[in-house]
Amino acid sequence: MADVLERVTKIIVDRLGVEESQINLDAKFKEDLGADSLDVVELVMELEDEFDMEISDDDAENITTVGDAVTYINSKN
Amino acid sequence: MTLEGKTALVTGASRGIGKAIALELARLGADVAINYAGSEQKAKETAEEIQAMGRRSFIIQCDISDSDAVQSMVKETIDQFGRLDILVNNAGITRDNLLMRMKDQEWDDVINTNLKGVFLCTKAVTRQMMKQRSGRIINISSVVGRIGNAGQANYTAAKAGVIGLTKASARELAARGITVNAIAPGFISTDMTDELPAEAKEQLLGQIPLGTLGETADIAAAAAFLAGDGAKYITGQVIGVDGGMAM
Repeated sequence: MADVLERVTKIIVDRLGVEESQINLDAKFKEDLGADSLDVVELVMELEDEFDMEISDDDAENITTVGDAVTYINSKN
Repeated sequence: MTLEGKTALVTGASRGIGKAIALELARLGADVAINYAGSEQKAKETAEEIQAMGRRSFIIQCDISDSDAVQSMVKETIDQFGRLDILVNNAGITRDNLLMRMKDQEWDDVINTNLKGVFLCTKAVTRQMMKQRSGRIINISSVVGRIGNAGQANYTAAKAGVIGLTKASARELAARGITVNAIAPGFISTDMTDELPAEAKEQLLGQIPLGTLGETADIAAAAAFLAGDGAKYITGQVIGVDGGMAM
């Protein structure tokens, strides 16, 4: 779990240019981390590459917080 | 101007305008994947001409109105070339008929290939281009999409749709370094226009300020410009290459 969160955090920091301290499981990509729709699509693409998985468009739509992403990845691994 | 190190996918590249564009991109240094629907032999000839220039090229059959097939085509292109810099959405068909006689099937076929096909191909390459933070998408519309044409309600609607799609995707993708532009050819001497009766051709010439049919090379030159570095600040535009038909 910790490892997944760490890897997800690194991607978010790189992609959105936010501080690591802003990132917690409840943080919403759009509202809290300043991402626009396209940023979220790109984040999902990077998560797919990082964790070597495919995230369907339907599933991706439900990933709105850092916690959603971590939970989703853990459920698939 | 050089496209060395760039890779391109041109749809409908076995003949006509698509072939001319593929050859021109290759002449400027790009590796080019040749998509075709039915004319395998002609597609092969195009690919061989490109290979003879010392560029990589391969042919890939795909009905661009089929979402899964488009995804496989784009995947194979990226697998072979390692990246994808230029997409030319050129493939198109005609099913001309008067509005009152036009069958649903004729309408659907043209919209599915000429408009939905552009959407599917654009969608499929976007992921790769977003990752690269660069890309050029060039859509081949038509002068009739700007001024209309009797007997081509389906084709005209699709080509006007391509212009709208060009502008919407240009706005969405601009922040990722991807430009999307359209070329609106006028009447270009190809298999498609050769089929017109002499009388219709005569009448056509009267509508063209520059007084002659265009050549595929005229369209290829515009596409090469849009694909090159000189066009890096141009997006969401429609370039008419039509002898002045639409002004």
